[in-house]
Amino acid sequence: MTRRDVGDVLLEVQDLSVDYLTLNGAVSAVSHASFTLRRGEILGLAGESGSGKSTLTTALLRLQRSPAVTVGGKVLYHGDDGTVTDLVPRTDKELLHLRWNKLAIVMQSAMDALNPVKRLGAQFVDVLRQHDPRMSEKAALERAGDLLALSGIPRDRVDSFPHEMSGGMRQRSLISLALACDPDLVVMDEPTTAVDVVMQRTIMSQVLRLQRELGFAIVFVTHDLSLLLELSDRLAIMYAGKVVEIGPSTELYHHPKHPYTKALRDSFPPLYAPLVEMRGIPGTAPDLMNLPDGCAFAPRCARAMDLCLTKRPELVQVSEKVDAACHLNDPQKEPVGAGPSDARSENGHAA
Amino acid sequence: MFTGFLHNRRVQIGLAAFGLCAGIAIFGDLILKVYGFGPLDVDYDYVASAPLRGGHLLGTTISGQDVLSQLIAGARGSLAVGTLSALLACTIGALLGVSAGFIGGAYDTVVNAITNVFMTMPSFALTLIAAGYISAAGGPGSAGMGWVMMAFLIGIFEWPGMARYMRAQTLTLRGRDFSMATKLLGEKTWRLVLFEIMPHLLGIISARFLAAIMAGILAEAGLNFLGVSTGGVISWGTMITNAQNQGALTLGFWWWFLPPGLAIAVIGTATAMVNFGLDEVTNPKLRTGNEKVVRAFLRRQRAEARAEQRTAVTASN
Amino acid sequence: MTTTSTRTEQPRQDAEREVVLEARDVTKHFTVRGKKGSAVVRAVEGIDLELHRGEIVAMVGESGSGKTTVARLLSLYYPTTGGEILLEGKPVSHVTGRKALTYYGQVQLLFQDPFASLNALKPIRHILGRALKIHGKARGAKQVEQRIHELLTRVNLTPPEQYIDKYPHELSGGQRQRIVIARALAVEPRVMLGDEPISMLDVSIRLDVLNLLKKLRDEEGLALLYITHDIASARYIADRINVMYAGQMVEGGSSEEVIHDPQHPYTRLLLDSSPDPGRGLEGDQQSLFDEVGDLGEPPSLITPPKGCRFNPRCPFAMDICNEKEPEKVEVSPGHWAKCWLHQEGRADLLKQRNIQFGVPIETAAAEAGIDTVNAEDILDRTVALEGETTADLGPFQP
Repeated sequence: MTRRDVGDVLLEVQDLSVDYLTLNGAVSAVSHASFTLRRGEILGLAGESGSGKSTLTTALLRLQRSPAVTVGGKVLYHGDDGTVTDLVPRTDKELLHLRWNKLAIVMQSAMDALNPVKRLGAQFVDVLRQHDPRMSEKAALERAGDLLALSGIPRDRVDSFPHEMSGGMRQRSLISLALACDPDLVVMDEPTTAVDVVMQRTIMSQVLRLQRELGFAIVFVTHDLSLLLELSDRLAIMYAGKVVEIGPSTELYHHPKHPYTKALRDSFPPLYAPLVEMRGIPGTAPDLMNLPDGCAFAPRCARAMDLCLTKRPELVQVSEKVDAACHLNDPQKEPVGAGPSDARSENGHAA
Repeated sequence: MFTGFLHNRRVQIGLAAFGLCAGIAIFGDLILKVYGFGPLDVDYDYVASAPLRGGHLLGTTISGQDVLSQLIAGARGSLAVGTLSALLACTIGALLGVSAGFIGGAYDTVVNAITNVFMTMPSFALTLIAAGYISAAGGPGSAGMGWVMMAFLIGIFEWPGMARYMRAQTLTLRGRDFSMATKLLGEKTWRLVLFEIMPHLLGIISARFLAAIMAGILAEAGLNFLGVSTGGVISWGTMITNAQNQGALTLGFWWWFLPPGLAIAVIGTATAMVNFGLDEVTNPKLRTGNEKVVRAFLRRQRAEARAEQRTAVTASN
Repeated sequence: MTTTSTRTEQPRQDAEREVVLEARDVTKHFTVRGKKGSAVVRAVEGIDLELHRGEIVAMVGESGSGKTTVARLLSLYYPTTGGEILLEGKPVSHVTGRKALTYYGQVQLLFQDPFASLNALKPIRHILGRALKIHGKARGAKQVEQRIHELLTRVNLTPPEQYIDKYPHELSGGQRQRIVIARALAVEPRVMLGDEPISMLDVSIRLDVLNLLKKLRDEEGLALLYITHDIASARYIADRINVMYAGQMVEGGSSEEVIHDPQHPYTRLLLDSSPDPGRGLEGDQQSLFDEVGDLGEPPSLITPPKGCRFNPRCPFAMDICNEKEPEKVEVSPGHWAKCWLHQEGRADLLKQRNIQFGVPIETAAAEAGIDTVNAEDILDRTVALEGETTADLGPFQP
C-alpha cells in the first residue's frame, strides 16, 4: 500500500459525547469518543447501525441536526498558523470561515443533496461565492469546471441538471465540490454505499489521487470494513456509541484487540482465500436507550467474563499504537490478540 | 402507528375541541333543560341585552332569544350538516378512489376524468345557483332548502379531494413490497384489499372523515352567510347570518355574532390541528415534540457557559 | 473449530440432480414514456438458466444488470416478453388463477427490504398463518400454531412462542428477514429466489442468514437463486455463479472456477474492484485504488452498444466486438463465457496480473429526448408503463 506522508496533528477529539434528546429521555448516541487525526492521514471509522459513527462525523463539524446535541467533550482544530480552536462551543457564525475552507464534508447519499431544479454549475457557484464573495460569477463557473475536471468529469457538465447525471457522477461532482476550497480535512460519510463496486473503485481512486496531490486528511465512515482495510492508514471501530478499538489498519486486521473487531473482520467472506465455514455475531445490537451495565458488547461476546457484565471497559492503550476498550486486555488477563485462533496468517487462513 | 396519532398533542387538542362540540350537539336538549331557556323562547323583558343579565349568560338577540341557547342548539344543526356532507364525500371518495387505485387501467382513467371535472367546478357558485333553483322551486315564501339538501350540495363538491387522496394512498400501498409478496403467496385479490391493505387505509380515512365533518361545518356557515337559507334549522351559520341581517354589527351587539363566530373558528383550528397531527404521524420528519426539549437544553448550556465565563473573569481580577 | 466446505473444483454432476426451474432464452422489454415519445428498455435478453435440486446458483451483477428482473420474471411478478419458463419441465409463461397458485406453491420470491415486505399492521401469526392456509398446509388454529412454531424453529427464531405474536417493527432486520424466509418456506416450495436478501442487513448478521440458506439447500434440497452485487458472498454460498452485464449473462461456471479463472473481461473487472483485505494488506500486490482511470458505467438499455455490450469499456476490444454479439463458448466443462477473445485465441490476456480498465468517459448520447442514464433509474422513476398486466391486479409499476 502506498504510504502517505502524515504530518502534524490536525484534529484532536477529546471525550466527545452526543445525545439525542427526546421526550422520553436522552439517548447516548456517542459516548466519550477520543482520537487524534494528523494532516494527510486517512482514518477509517467502521461500525454498524446504532454504532454512532454518522452522529460522530456530523458532530465533528458541528453539523448535527436536532435533536442531537453535543453534551460534552472537545474537538480541537489545529490551524496551520498554530492556533488551536475548540469547535464545540463555537457558533455557526464563528465556524463559517472554517467550514468548507478548512473542514469539508461529503454526506451520505450526497447525490441527493443537489437541488434538482438548478444546474450543477450554478450550485457550485453558490458555494464558491459564499466562501469567497470577491469571486465573479464567471470566475466561479470557470473554477467549477476545473473542479469537475479534477474528478474526471467533462467540463460541459456544469450545464447539466442533477437528474441528467448518473448517481456515480453526481457523487464524484460533490466530492470535488467538497475540495473547492482546498480544505485540510474532508469527512466522508458512507460516500460509496449507494454505488456499485466498480464505481466505488473509480471514485475512491480519484479521491486518493487528489489526496496525494492536495494532502488533505480524510475521515471515512462506512460499515464496509473490507473497504476500509484497503483504504485507511488507521481504523477506529465503533459499537453502541463508543470507540472500542483504534489503531493502524494492519494491526487491527492481524491482531485485533477487541472481540467485536475480530468478529467484524470475520464477517466478510474472502474473495480468494480458501473457503471456510464462517459465522456472524449472534444477537442484535443493543437498544441505546437501555444500554446494559458493563460492556455493551458483552451479551454477544464469546469471551465475556463476569467482570464484563458489571464494569464498563475504558479505551486504553494496549500496545504501542493500538487503543482498545476490553477487559480481556488487562495485564493480568490473556489479551485478545494472543492464541492461535485469533491471528490471521499471511494467506488469510484462520490458523 | 395510529396509537401514535392519538398521543400526538395537536391531535388531542383538535379532537378534544371537536368532541366538546359533538357532546353539546348530542346532549343539547339535556343541557338546555338545565339552562332553562329554549333557543326560540322569547324573553320580552330582556331584548338585545348584554350578557349576564336576567340569567342570559351570553345575552339575547334583538328578538329576545337567548344566545347561548341558540349556540347550543346550533351545534346540532352545524354538526348535522357537517357529518352528513362528510359521510357523502368520504363514501363516494373512498369507493371511487380506492377502486381506481386498485383496478387501474381504463377504469382509472375514466374516474380520474370525472374527478377532474368535479374538482374544477366552482363549488360555491354552483351551490348558490342550485340553492336558488331549489328555493325557488318551493315557491315564494318557502323555507329554502332543508339542511339535508345543503349537506348534499356540500358533499357533492367535497368528494373529489377525498377520492384523489385515497387513490394516491392506494397506489402507494399497492406498490409496496408486502402487497406484492402477499399476492405472490397466492392470496386472493379481495382478501388482499380487505384484510391487508384496508387496515392501512382505515386510519387515514377516519382522520379525513373528521376533517371533512369540520370542513362541512365551515362550508355550511359560509353558504348561510352568502344567502343560502336552510329554513328553520338553527346552526351557527344561521346565527351569524341573522345577526348580520338584523344589524348586530352596526348596533354593536357583539355578544350575538361573536360566540358563533368563535365556535366556528375553534372548529377550524381543531381541523387544522388534526390534519397537522396526521401529517406528523405519516411523516416522522415533521415531528416537533422534541424541539422543546432541545431548546431547553441549549438554553441551559448557554447559561452555564456564560456563568463559567463570569467566574473566570472574576477569578482573574 | 473451522471446517472446510466440501466443494470441489468441478461442478456437481448435473445429471444426478433434477432440473427444477428452467429459463430458456427469456427476454423482458419495458416500454417507457419519456419527453419525446416512448422507448423500449431491453432489461434482460437471452437468459438461459437451470436450477437444480439442492443447488445454489448466484446471479452476480451491478445495478441495472437485470438480475432483479430475472428473479421477478421467474417468480411471475410480471410476464416475459419472450422465451419460456419451465417448472419441472412444463412451460409456465402465462398462468393465471389456479395454475398461478400452484406455481406460487413451488416458487417463492424473497424481497430485499425485510421491513417493506412484511405488513406492518399484522403480527407474525397472521403473516405466516396466511401462507400456510392459502396452500392448505394447516387447518384450524391449533394446527396452524404448531406449524408456525416449526417454521420459526427452522429459521432459528427460538423460542418460537416469543416471536409468534410480535409485529414486524418489534423485530430486528435480521429477524425480519428470517420471517420472510419462513413465510416462503411455509408453502413448501422447491425453489426460492432471493433478490439480494442480505444487502439491507447489518454486516455482522449477514453470514448467519447466508448460513441458513446453505442449511436449507443441504438439508432440504432446496434450489435457490441468489441475486447479489457482492461476488464474495456469492462465492461463499453458491455452487455456481452467473455473471450478468447490461441485461445479458456473460459468464457462468462453478464458483471456484469463475473466481479463480474468470473468462470474461467484465468478470475480471468485477473481481479486481471488489475489496479484499487479503490483497490490500499483504503489501506485495498493487493497491485496489492506484491510478485506475475512469472505469466507466453500465450502458443504457434503451440503446445498448452494438455487438458486445461491454466493448466500450473493454481494454481488449477488437473490431468484431463492436459488430456482432459474442457467441457462447464452453471453456471447460460447465464453464462458459460470451467473449470474442476465446474465438480469437487471445483468452490468456485474461490471466494477466494487472489489467488496465480505465477508458475515457463516453459522451452520453441523448436520443429521443431520453437521456442515457442507468436503466434502473428509468425503471424507478414514475413514468407510465403500458400494456403488461399480471394475473388480475391490473397495471403495475415494477
